Formats: sequence, structure tokens, C-alpha cells
Amino acid sequence: MIRQTDRNFKFDWITIIIFLLLVGFGWLNILSASHSGETIEYLDFSKSYGKQLLFILLTFVLIVMILSIEAKFYERFASIIYLASMLSLAGLFIFGKNVNGATSWYGIGGMTFQPSEFAKAATALAVAKYLSDLQTDIKTFKGQLQAFAILVVPAILILLQNDAGSTLVYGSFIFVFYREGLPHQYLTLLISTVVMSILSLKFGGVVASIIAITLILTYHFTRKKKPVLIKSLLAILACTILSFGVQFFYENVLKAHQKDRISLWLRLEKDPDKIAEMRRDILYNLYESEKAIRSGGLSGRGFLEGTRTTGKFVPEQHTDYIFSTVGEEWGFMGTVTVVILFVLLLLRVLHLAELQKSQFSRVYGYSVASIIFFHFLINIGMVMGLIPTIGIPLPFFSYGGSSLWGFTILLFIFIKLDSNRINEW
Amino acid sequence: MRQFLLFFLIVATGITFVSRLFYLQVLNSSTHNLYEDNAIRKVFDYPKRGFVYDRNGELLVANQPSYDVMIIPREVKPLDTLEFCSLLKITKEQFIKTYDKAYHYSPRLPSVFVAHLSKEDYAVLQEKMRKFEGFYIQKRLLRDYQTSIGANVLGFIAEVNPGQIEKNPYYKMGDLIGKQGVELSYEEELRGVKGIKFIQKDRFNRDIGPYKDGKFDTLPKQGKDITITIDAALQEYGEILMQNKHGGIVAIEPSTGEILTLISAPTYNPNLLVGRKRSRNYTQLYNDTINRPLIDRSLQRMHEPGSPFKTLIALAALQEHAIVPEGTVTCTGAYHYGGRRPMGCHCGGGSRDLTRGIAKSCNSYFANAFRKTIGKYNDASHAMDVWSDHIKSFGLGNFLGYDLPIGQPGNIPNGAYYDKWYPDFKWGATTIISNSIGQGEVLVTPIQLANMTAAIANRGFYYTPHIIKDIENQEIDPKYKEIHHTTIDKKYFEPVIQGLNDVYNYGTASFLKVPGIEICGKTGTAENFAKVEGERVQLTDHGIFIAFAPKDDPKIAIAVFVENGYYGARWAGRIASLMIEKYIKGEVTLKQMEKMVLEKSLEEEYAKPYAGKPFTINDGAKVQGLHLKADNDQTN
Ligand SMILES: [Zn+2]
Repeated sequence: MIRQTDRNFKFDWITIIIFLLLVGFGWLNILSASHSGETIEYLDFSKSYGKQLLFILLTFVLIVMILSIEAKFYERFASIIYLASMLSLAGLFIFGKNVNGATSWYGIGGMTFQPSEFAKAATALAVAKYLSDLQTDIKTFKGQLQAFAILVVPAILILLQNDAGSTLVYGSFIFVFYREGLPHQYLTLLISTVVMSILSLKFGGVVASIIAITLILTYHFTRKKKPVLIKSLLAILACTILSFGVQFFYENVLKAHQKDRISLWLRLEKDPDKIAEMRRDILYNLYESEKAIRSGGLSGRGFLEGTRTTGKFVPEQHTDYIFSTVGEEWGFMGTVTVVILFVLLLLRVLHLAELQKSQFSRVYGYSVASIIFFHFLINIGMVMGLIPTIGIPLPFFSYGGSSLWGFTILLFIFIKLDSNRINEW
Repeated sequence: MRQFLLFFLIVATGITFVSRLFYLQVLNSSTHNLYEDNAIRKVFDYPKRGFVYDRNGELLVANQPSYDVMIIPREVKPLDTLEFCSLLKITKEQFIKTYDKAYHYSPRLPSVFVAHLSKEDYAVLQEKMRKFEGFYIQKRLLRDYQTSIGANVLGFIAEVNPGQIEKNPYYKMGDLIGKQGVELSYEEELRGVKGIKFIQKDRFNRDIGPYKDGKFDTLPKQGKDITITIDAALQEYGEILMQNKHGGIVAIEPSTGEILTLISAPTYNPNLLVGRKRSRNYTQLYNDTINRPLIDRSLQRMHEPGSPFKTLIALAALQEHAIVPEGTVTCTGAYHYGGRRPMGCHCGGGSRDLTRGIAKSCNSYFANAFRKTIGKYNDASHAMDVWSDHIKSFGLGNFLGYDLPIGQPGNIPNGAYYDKWYPDFKWGATTIISNSIGQGEVLVTPIQLANMTAAIANRGFYYTPHIIKDIENQEIDPKYKEIHHTTIDKKYFEPVIQGLNDVYNYGTASFLKVPGIEICGKTGTAENFAKVEGERVQLTDHGIFIAFAPKDDPKIAIAVFVENGYYGARWAGRIASLMIEKYIKGEVTLKQMEKMVLEKSLEEEYAKPYAGKPFTINDGAKVQGLHLKADNDQTN
């Protein structure tokens, strides 16, 4: 194509521009969320906005490095990168620093470094490498087992460090596997498990079981080609066990604060006083973030004008709850802009992934879209109170060097791979 | 197919988020109000409330600091209730009740938790306040009365009620607002504007610093001092004279319309309605249905004017050329008209011209004058309209427009009034003849009578009576400088005024003379009926007296109304003379008269209907046998 002739234009600039918009807008909101009325010193590294500005500047160095490395390198060294990443996760058990009950950080000098943010890109490379191997067949049970194993290693390591949110991210690879041929039963199983769990918590094990049995029997007797009876019976048994199991798990295993998150989300509590108390005490930040968003109205209260942002009413507002600052200060216009930017970015990456000639690039691109989508869904859904509180950052937006760099690496490796496609054309 | 799953999910998520955001931010948005933002702490700085001075510069009302414990219910954290209650000297039950009430009003807005701490309690509490989150101390200014008089004029301040807050968002829970008297009339001038500081809080309720560097903060604006037209010495003297009596005294300076005294008896000490004891005392005053100290009798008490009204009958008749001053009527002790029961007269009988008619208060003379006035026109209804307009030009029959918040319009009937009353009957002057002697359908308040007297003293004009003399750095309402002319030509006043002067010279008030002061006055009596259980019961007449002095350069016009005081000269007249002497000379020489008034109590008279046995009225002239249970009909 024409773009071949000029090296500067061989990258997908649409993706890069969306990336820059998100990072820039994100910083403005971090500035607002971390500044409390004093004059702004952009390079004051004792302030979050100052540090983030430094992280962003360093990000450009990182981008240049990623883009100057030969595309083949990523495919060739995928396994080694994955291995190194897993070792860095494992190393946390020895050298890790405990912050807020999670041992997810290395402390180097005054800086902290969170290997789980980089493990996502490494895992994506490993998955791409594995699935693009000619010997791999995801339709076989062995293939599925090995593919899942690549995910289970980082997931377990991260879970053991007490970072449940980041663990769940690895679930997003189900979209990648499905795209590459994973039997749809897995998806059915996943969806029915989630639905059964919700039904059982909301209406109790008995009702959930009755609903499941009715549905399975209806399915069993209305099909022209009779399914095997034992399968249907097993399904009924599984559903019943799941229904009561989930209830038991909820009542006896979950800690009070986890229970309250679910209780509030599913509106299980009926006593308005208790709800108010839960909102105030346990879900304080969700309650405040929803209020902050609501107070923004159509056009927001203006940059640096949000009182809930300035007053730090939303804890972790510059990290996981950054979207509430957008809501308060930029209003509906701002929040919709962010949502649209993310949707455009995701669709663009997805579109580019489908265009890839090499399966490695396609699977990797798909992984990038899945991971970012998962963060986007969970983070914004949580901040608006649509899903229970799960603490994961909003990509490119939330405060934090590790998170920013982790997502930058994830995205720009794909941009590099994609540019290679263009070059090969 | 497989490649569309994620695509579909991304689009669906985008749509869901946008819809949810639309719901939260556009449909269900909470509009921003700094005052209601719980991320912002509001600190109010209450300005000095303006002082009130009397016309001679005597300080009547000042301020004293007071401390309220305020609560913001949703910010209250678990606390040592026992300690807190003992510091505030309240019980745990009171604590819970007050908390619930405050929470019910608003969980996020401040309410008063305990009002008006004593200085000692404040000192102790201030130290420990930090321990009790969600509570704080608000300093305010209460009134500090330098006097014990004029409660009805000065009025009082009290906490705003939620209705007032809704009407005017300036006021916040616990703010004090003028509720009566000049405190209400001049609330805006007196209160000033409170200052406010907005302080950004963090989520632990700690102050971070001024919100937006204090951009929205305001400094308090001091309230303005006001001077009222009341002469405190005269007011006090009048209140003393009215002790043990019910009624009102209104004195006006005719040349300005300034109200010199406005007395309502029984009254109360304004200090009763200050601070923590206010509410209890107020309830007590409110429930005193025998004495009704909260009613301002000089502004609200409508009654028949009685004989003083004859002056206006004469003036209207002169203006309509229905009579001439020299024309005489021979009184036979009764006035006969149209085959009905004649109207009696106690003037002593004989030939009456205008001056003597007034001096002797001859009913026959004024019945004739009224009849002739109405007879000037063929149509009685039209004639009555003409007459009514003359009378109303003296400020009767409607609200006067003075600057105190309460009052009554009184009543001056016109043609339509009687057309409605007698739809199938051709009424005429004789039908409504009792108006000619200040009875019938005419109703006035003491302040209207005083203003009417001032208009006569001025020979045909008056200024709207008012209580405000001066406001710091502000003009008073120009309407109080506007002349209101009556419809009567100046020349007709002289014979009437001469008659009023003769009332003192040889007439009904000849024993009320004040040495060295030419007084013009008129006695009056109004029949006193109480409505009880649907029955009209007659009680001892009300005594009425109007006067002005000196005759040729009037300095004071006064109306005195004494409930159940019997004939006007008896108590009302004596009080008027004493007040006039006190005001013009600055001292009272009529010691004997003063002593009589001071020693006279009418309490026994007021108690009669409640004693449950037959009683006499009007010095034994009539006997009443009814047992009255309820209170006197005073407010009609
Ligand atoms: Zn007579």
C-alpha cells in the first residue's frame, strides 16, 4: 500500500490517537482528583498528578522501544517473556511488598512496581504463541487443558497475592479461545453457572433448583432427537448442587464485606436502614462515586470544580474510581466521550485483529481487545453501581505507572504486529 | 459467527453504559447547590442585629451572645451519650427525641440540638466539643432588652419555622427572625446579612481549607440601628396608668404622624421572650385567655367609636351644607323619628348649636345633623356613599397602612352595605340613625381614632401613622411623608374644634382640665356585649376618650380606650389628660388625678362574668343574670 513508502505512517494512527486521547484526558482527571486546592506544580512528584505526568512521559520512551523492536521478536520470545513474567509474580512471595493487604508490589527505591500489570501482556503473548502453533487444536480436550493451564498459572499466583480483581481478568481469555474454536459448551456452562448463582442468591436454592429442573426437563422432552436421559439427570443434579452450593458459599465462606457487596448489588437486603448503613459504611466509595457522577449532570461542574473530587469523598478516586471524577466534573458529555473512545478503540483493535494474516497476531490482537474490554466493563460498571465492587483499574486512565505501562505494552505490541502486517502486504 | 460475539458484547456494553449514564446524569441528576453539598462545610457568621432607640435616643433593644448546639444527623458518630447529655443537662430520652426530630427534618442539614446554652455550660462544652462528631456550636445574638416596656411595639425574635425557610432560603434552621412588632416590620434592616464561609471537607469530615480559596465566602453585613417614634418615657407612664385595666392608648404627633405611644394593656415584659425560656413563657402568655397579653388592643381591638364620632358627623354635615354652625336644635332629652322608639339623650336638654352640641355631646343634635346629611340626596344609598367617603377620608374603614404587622380595618358602612342588609326595604337615615352617635355599624380601632383626632387637630389632613423615625444610612418609606387630605374644607374645623375645647371648658370633661394647656377632647362610651353560648350579654360599657393639645399648635393627639371603663371621662379621659400633661410638660402636676387612676383596678369588673352569679353593670344601673363560662368576646 501507499503507507509502505513512509515508515512514519505504517502504524495504525487511529488506535494511537485514541490511546493519546485516553491518556491525556485521564491525566486531567487524575490532576483533578489528586489536587486539593493548592497551586498546581506539574512536576511535583510528591503529588499523584506529578508522578503520573512522569509516567506518561516515560511511556513515550517505552512506546519507541516497543515499536523499534522487530515484530518477529515478540512471537519468537513469547514463551520466554511469559516465563519471566511468571517468575516475577512468583518472586513476590519472597520480595513482595504488602500494600493494603495485597502482596502485589516490588518496592524499588521510592517506586513500586506491580508485575501483575505486565503479566497480562505476557500471558497474551503466550496464548497467541500456543494457539498459533500448528500442533495445537483447541477443539480437543488436551488442547483446552493446555490453553487453560497458561491462564491458571498467573491467575493462581495473583489470587494468592490477594488481588482477586486482577485474577478475574484472565477469565476474559474465554473470548479468545472461543474465537479460535473452543466448543460452545464452555460458554453455555459459564453462562448457566453465573445465571444459576444469581438465581440461587436472589431467590434461594429451592426456587433456583426448581427453575433449573423445569428448564432442563422441558428441553429434554421437547427435543425431537431425544437427548440421553442420564445427561439430563446429571445436569439437574449439577444445577441443584450448584444452587445450594452457592448459597452455602455465600452464607458461610464469604466475608461480611464481600457478602454485603453482593447483597447490595442483588438487592437482597430489604431493611432500608440496613441498606443505608451498608451504603454508608461498606460501599462508601461506590455510594460516593455514584453521587459524584450524578452531581455532574449534563455538562458537569467544570474541570477542578467538583467538590466531591476535591474533598476526596471517593477513596481511590484517582485509581479505580477515576471515572467518577469524569462524571462529576465533565458531566454526561465527558462520560459518554470516554465510553465512546473505549468502544472505538476496542472495535478498532478487534477489526485489525481480524485482518491479521498470521494467527499469532490475530490471537494476540483478540487477547488485547478481550483484556481491555474486561477492564472497561468491570471498572465502569462498578463505578456506576451496575456490578459488584471489583477493584481493577480503567486502562490508560487510572493513576499508576505499572498499570499504564502494562496496558501500553499490551497495546503497542499489537500495533507493532499490525504494522508488520501492513509491511508484509 | 464466532468473531461477532466479542464485537456484539462491546457494542452492547457501550449502549448499556451510555443509557445508565443518561439515567444518572441527565434524568436523575442532582443539581448542585453549595448549601446542600455535604462535601462543603458552611460556617455562618451572624452579624450584629440592629439596635432600637426611642425618639429621644434612649437605647431600648441591644444584643447578647448566645450559643446553640447544632447537629448534622448524618455526620454523628457513636459517642458517649451519657457524658454528652450531662454536659447539655438533658436526659437520654430528650437526646433521642431531639435527634429523631433533627433527622426527620433533614439528615444532612444542620438543626438546633440545644438552644441558648448558659455561659457556664458553653465554657465547659466548648472544650469537649471536638469529641462529638456531627455536633458543633453556633454563636448567635439574642436580644437584650434595656427596658421592660413596649413589648407590643418592639415585638420579639425567635427561631424561623420550616415554612419560612421554604419561602425565603436566606434563612437556615436555627436562625432567628423577627416575629412581631418592629422586629418583624424591619426584619431586613435589623438583621443585616450573615456571612458565610464554605470550607472543603474530606471524607473524614476534616476541613481541608477554604472552598475555591474563599471565592464564594461573604462577610457579614451589620444590621442597621433604627430609631422608633415612641417616646419611651410617655410609653412607660401610659403603661403604668393602664395597670389593672384592659385597653389601649395611642398617641400621635399630628404634624408628622409619628406614633408617640402605642399601649396595649395588659402587656408583658419583653425580656420574657428571650432565650431558653422564650418558648415556655410564650405558651403561658398565649394561653392566658382572660388577659390576652399577646393581643395588641390598640391595633386589633375593633369597637364602636361612640361619641367622638360625632365630630365627623358634624364635619360631614357642614361640608354637605346640611347644617350651619349657628343652626340650633332643641333637645328634649330624646330624639323622635318616624314613629319609632325615640333615641334618648342625657345632655340635659335645651337649645344646641354646633359647639354646644359637641361640648354637651347631645345625641339629638347629631341625629338631626346626620339625618339632614343623608336627606341632601334623594337616594339614601347615594347619600350614604357620599357620607361614607367623607368619613373614610379620616383613615377609617380600612387598614391605615402603618408599619406594624397587625391590625384591623374597622368598618364604615356605605350605601351598598345597607342595600345588601335591607334588600326588600327602602331604608333611610332614620333606619341607620345610631351611626350618628358612633354606634350602629361603625367600627374603629384605637389607632384609627387617634389618627382621626390628629386629622382634626391638623384641621383636615394627616400623615399615615408610623413607628419608624430613622434607619441608619437609609431613608424611611416616603409614604410616611405624604399628606392625606380629608374631604372636609379647613374652615369647617374651627367650630368643631371650639366645641371640643368647650368639652374641657364646661362640657363633659370639665373636671379634666390641665393647668396651662388648652386641650380639645371628646368623651365617648361604647356598649359592651359579650357573645356567650349564642347569647348577647351586656357588660359594663367601654370608656373612650379622644383629645389633642395644645388647641392651636397641636403636639399630641391621643385616643384612649378602657374596656369596661364606663363613661369616657371617668378613666379614659383622666388617662388622656395625664398623658397630655406628661408629654407636653414632661411632668405631671395633677397628682390627685394620677393617684386615682393608679389606684383604680378594673380587675373585679372583668372577673364579674366569670364569677358564676348575677352581677351589676354600669355602676349598678343594670343587672345581668347570666352565668358566663367562656371568655369575653374581645377580638371582634
Ligand atoms: Zn341632648
